[in-house]
Amino acid sequence: MIHSLFLINHLGDIFLEKHWKSVISRSVCDYFFEAREKAVDPENVPPVLQTPHHYLISIYRGKLFFLSVIQTEVPPLFVIEFLHRVADTFQDYFGECSESVISDNLVIVYELLEEMLDNGFPLATESNVLKEMIRPPNILRSVVNTLTGGSNVGETLPQGQLSNIPWRRAGVKYANNEAYFDVTEEIDAIVDKSGTTVSAEIQGVIEACVKLSGMPDLTMSFMNPRLLDDVSFHPCVRFRRWESERVLSFIPPDGNFTLMTYHISSQNLVAIPVYVKQSINFFEAGSCGRLDITIGPKQTMGKTVEDLKVTIHMPKAVLNANLTATQGNYTYDCTTKMLVWDIGKLNPQKLPNLRGSLSMQTGVPNPEENPSLNIDLKIQQLAISGLKVSRLDMYGEKYKPFKGVKYVTKAGKFQVRT
Amino acid sequence: SSKNIINYNFYELVILFNSANDNKIFYLIWSSHDDLKEMLDSNKDSLKLEAMKRIVAMIARGKNASDLFPAVVKNVACKNIEVKKLVYVYLVRYAEEQQDLALLSISTFQRGLKDPNQLIRASALRVLSSIRVTIIVPIMMLAIKEAASDMSPYVRKTAAHAIPKLYSLDPEQKDQLIEVIEKLLADKTTLVAGSVVMAFEEVCPERIDLIHKNYRKLCNLLIDVEEWGQVVIINMLTRYARTQFLNPNINGGSGDKTFYGSDEDEDEDEEEKEKKPYVMDPDHRLLLRNTKPLLQSRNAAVVMAVAQLYFHLAPKAEVGVIAKALVRLLRSHSEVQYVVLQNVATMSIKRRGMFEPYLKSFYIRSTDPTQIKVLKLEVLTNLANETNISTILREFQTYIKSMDKDFVAATIQAIGRCATNISEVRDTCLNGLVQLLSNRDELVVAESVVVIKKLLQMQPEKHSDIIKHMAKLTDNIQVPMARASILWLIGEYCEHVPKIAPDVLRKMAKSFTNEEDIVKLQIINLAAKLYLTNSKQTKLLTQYVLNLAKYDQNYDIRDRARFIRQLIVPTEKSGALSKYAKKLFLALKPAPVLESPFKDRDHFQLGSLSHLLNAKAGGYQELPDWPEAAPDPSVRNVEVKESVRAVGTVTHRDTGALWGPQRMEGSESCSFPRAQSSEEEERKHQRKSKPRKSESESESDEDEESESESSQSESEDSESEAEVKKKKKVQTRVNYRGRPQEEGVFLQTIAPSSTLKSYELLHRITGEGLSVEYCFSRQPFSPDANMVAVQMQFTNNASSDTKNLHIEDVKLQSGMRVKEFPEIELLPAGETATAVMGIDFCDSTQAANFQLCTHTRKFFVSIQPPVGELMRPVFLTENEFKKEQGQLMGMNEITEKLTLDVKCRNEHTIVQRVTTAANLSRVPCGSDKECRFAGRTVTSGSLVLVTVATKEEGAAQLTVNCEKMVIGTMLVKDILQALTQ
Repeated sequence: MIHSLFLINHLGDIFLEKHWKSVISRSVCDYFFEAREKAVDPENVPPVLQTPHHYLISIYRGKLFFLSVIQTEVPPLFVIEFLHRVADTFQDYFGECSESVISDNLVIVYELLEEMLDNGFPLATESNVLKEMIRPPNILRSVVNTLTGGSNVGETLPQGQLSNIPWRRAGVKYANNEAYFDVTEEIDAIVDKSGTTVSAEIQGVIEACVKLSGMPDLTMSFMNPRLLDDVSFHPCVRFRRWESERVLSFIPPDGNFTLMTYHISSQNLVAIPVYVKQSINFFEAGSCGRLDITIGPKQTMGKTVEDLKVTIHMPKAVLNANLTATQGNYTYDCTTKMLVWDIGKLNPQKLPNLRGSLSMQTGVPNPEENPSLNIDLKIQQLAISGLKVSRLDMYGEKYKPFKGVKYVTKAGKFQVRT
Repeated sequence: SSKNIINYNFYELVILFNSANDNKIFYLIWSSHDDLKEMLDSNKDSLKLEAMKRIVAMIARGKNASDLFPAVVKNVACKNIEVKKLVYVYLVRYAEEQQDLALLSISTFQRGLKDPNQLIRASALRVLSSIRVTIIVPIMMLAIKEAASDMSPYVRKTAAHAIPKLYSLDPEQKDQLIEVIEKLLADKTTLVAGSVVMAFEEVCPERIDLIHKNYRKLCNLLIDVEEWGQVVIINMLTRYARTQFLNPNINGGSGDKTFYGSDEDEDEDEEEKEKKPYVMDPDHRLLLRNTKPLLQSRNAAVVMAVAQLYFHLAPKAEVGVIAKALVRLLRSHSEVQYVVLQNVATMSIKRRGMFEPYLKSFYIRSTDPTQIKVLKLEVLTNLANETNISTILREFQTYIKSMDKDFVAATIQAIGRCATNISEVRDTCLNGLVQLLSNRDELVVAESVVVIKKLLQMQPEKHSDIIKHMAKLTDNIQVPMARASILWLIGEYCEHVPKIAPDVLRKMAKSFTNEEDIVKLQIINLAAKLYLTNSKQTKLLTQYVLNLAKYDQNYDIRDRARFIRQLIVPTEKSGALSKYAKKLFLALKPAPVLESPFKDRDHFQLGSLSHLLNAKAGGYQELPDWPEAAPDPSVRNVEVKESVRAVGTVTHRDTGALWGPQRMEGSESCSFPRAQSSEEEERKHQRKSKPRKSESESESDEDEESESESSQSESEDSESEAEVKKKKKVQTRVNYRGRPQEEGVFLQTIAPSSTLKSYELLHRITGEGLSVEYCFSRQPFSPDANMVAVQMQFTNNASSDTKNLHIEDVKLQSGMRVKEFPEIELLPAGETATAVMGIDFCDSTQAANFQLCTHTRKFFVSIQPPVGELMRPVFLTENEFKKEQGQLMGMNEITEKLTLDVKCRNEHTIVQRVTTAANLSRVPCGSDKECRFAGRTVTSGSLVLVTVATKEEGAAQLTVNCEKMVIGTMLVKDILQALTQ
């Protein structure tokens, strides 16, 4: 299926290649470079390219291109999903997925790639199984290894691959048994000029950090599971149990994992936490513009809105911004044309305001479109959909674990059109 | 390079001092890698490791390290596991280039293949099969064949992975590999399923017949297979279903209620309306039902696979479920969005109604990458209809103002398409587009012109002012396509603009030589049309243009000019055609249809690479059309009765217990004959699952009787058939009385026939015609009283005789013993023979593994006893029972409360079920609320006492006293299960 993989940095250098079948010359990447050139923006490179003898499927992650070479028919999503899994694994092992970190850990990376695919077909992609075979780097161990000549490769053979629950290691032991769940909801919304909501939906995700000994069997139930329109699960979740009882029943992987994601679609009523009053005008005469933005709370369920931030991608003609903010700071980057207003906490008594003038390039006609505002915000201890975890029970083990659930609401792709 | 050396040393020093990260490898390429060779030859593992790390880093960076081959390959048997792994990496990379040297390593792997550890066997096979050296093909073939019948499912999985490797190395091996694939397809473990289907797809996707027998099993296993395997299996099953089932949307059968009224039903062929009502094949339903939960997978590829399966196979009314899941994927990475949107675009043409509720999810944000924007636009356009068009147009208005001009151009085209499809909004759109003609951006104007041209063609007479307006644009617009469009419009509708048209031609004649080719062609066109309608004003101009064209560099233009001159300017030589010139040029042209580029793309299997590229990719398997008449559905029937302890399912089962009821069903229900399967499955839902399967009720009575008959004839050769039959009658009566072992021949033979359950040891397909079943006859095994008698029945279904049936290579846990049956010298074709062997299981439920050999073949088989067969009945009086029970209290007593099955509330059935589950005898008892049973374990003779005390309304209490606690616990489980269902 997947023939070869090339990792390419933002300069267009190939800094790693791996072949799972016979070797394919790196000149195949030239077709990709051509397309990369044409696309201007790295995000606009078509993920699937056709060359005379091969197909190239690539993803763009962390300023790197993961380019795979395919020779025969294969579902493109299969490859894309796998490449993202590779990037996730690097992230998981090294804390980030960048060229420097991959070059520093070249051998581990190579060993990982070797285990993840066999003859181009995915073999071990579960992080728990991989970690049993190839240990992630850590400073203490590398010191010890240099002194003793020890190795990064696990001495034990990966039993996880043999089991029916490959995501969990056997023989897990903790002194403190704890299970934490973070319910994070992101609001994706488009608000138009007049302040009416064009579309709004919620993307929720439950991230778990489970450090429990043995083979715990967990059950999580919700106060109001009917809220969830559409869900997707980690493979550990027993689907039929969800279908019949709307509870999540699972034997968790060890460590961090995404338990479920859910979607509350635009057909439902979604609360919008803030409103924005804005006016952005460009004047032909005098080549200047005026900007005035005020943000106020709308539906916050009595919680404080934090980390409020407004990002505006200005038209090319805007040279500089001369503004005053009643709260927070603003920056304007003339090269990327990004205006960022970092507000912080939203005080309902004293609404933050940003106003002033924009200086424009002379002799250039006015931009036709007003730029749209992208809003970032965070509300602690609130799931804006109203979802609540009601219980978390553990079976199969005797000890009493610490349990915790945290809620947070964030703005996802929250856009205000002007 | 001296600078490099300095750098290198510097880094080396840093590393030495820091020692923080041993993976920071900086290396130099010496001309001959002498230092590395030296390190590899040293005795120290740490040096070897360091050298190997540098070499692998070289490979990773694409540097050539092939000259190190001899030095590296020496270390293939190195003890250090990391060195070994890195050597493997190197070997696989360079073996193809250094074939002779690579052969040196083969023996290491061959040894590895025989290792007792399954993971080492698997890894040896993995590396061996990755070495691309043609000379070892026979070795690989042998290794794969061997591994395919390995006890460990993991090794079998590796064997499945090795198949495509060998196939690509030597396609001549296809036939032999298909045999292995066939064998592995029959495997019942989830671990193997995905890998073997992948091998099937690469080696022999056309052999759809191999799937029949495994179809139901694959459907049932699907949910437990790992994600990547799921994708491959679902795609393959989609193709399979298209060849085996009928089109569910063919004649308004079950699902077709025109639920989505707006759909164009293209797949409903009118001629094919048969009167026979459509009934969905239960197997078709099974596939749809078992894939649906996977829409909730976290893996986008799995979701997409299920979505395409539903799109291609489900009745129309059911396809809707996939929309929600696909919309969810739009939140994923932009590459995922890209692929999903392409597929949604294709789907939304055929099944518009499905995505309509999610219209807003396709709205575009200014932050989306352009390629995503364009695809969303495509979907929005496909979804537009009379009811939502006003909302969509309002959205489009916002998009037109975008800074991203490519996107604006795409929006204009989208507006054009909406206008052609929905006549109500045509004028609104046209007006909007005309306004865009005064846009500052030339690209926008050009695109608008092209689209307006197409729209005007529909109703030219109403819009002469627009044409006039556009004629003026020729002064400004430079985009060739737009200029060409305007010229064509003026020429075509010159009677609507009689004054302007000649003037435009005049201007064009002036600039002719500087125009692009498409514009030149349209100038000639315009000239010709004007000449025909208004020759007075334009005759000279036309001549001039044609003269210019005559000497043009482009031969198309020269040709066109010559042709047109002949056609329109009458000379004595000009033929009959010129009479019709006017008709030819000014014929009414049909309005263009603005079509989606995604129309009819669904003849490619959705989700495939070929669909995405809209071109057939190498190795693409066509999605076949539905058959006109359904092929025989009985080909999928599996005749296996119940292979409970089939070889190799053991590991799976042990972990399976964790899964709860729903996960167990998959691996088992597949073995039931079809008629029972659905009912059987439902029953399993209700049943509390146990790791081991209980006695099943699905066995038919006939089987059991023939079984017991043969058992009797075996043990009592002298007795005639008639006598046996008589005894059978007796036995039903005597059956549940106390049955002490030493009570003479007569009582011994009356093993309760209804309790004898036979298991499959070797299926006739795996056994190549030889099938073997066994049962625990519950007779004392005369050669050794400590052994359990296992009665085997051999049937030769093949057409040739089987000779020398015997046992070899017995593998046992320590302490266990086996007394083999005497060799059966000849088993003629079609005949059946029985034999009894004794196994001392040491009072444990460990399996006895051995090989069953014929004169030609060997089969790995295993026998695992249910705990109830590890004991034999003893006769106790009530007092003895109580006394013994008194001594087995505390730890040795296990009590469980239970609710009896509704059908099991009387004494008779309780006794029957307990004695079926375990080889015990009943102890007489004064109270009718209690049933007692006693037995001794076969090996150690430990007492096993069972009490079932019944209370009101089916409540009951089960007590087991046994000094062997493991046996006690397992027995409680089995009896509980026997009584509760």
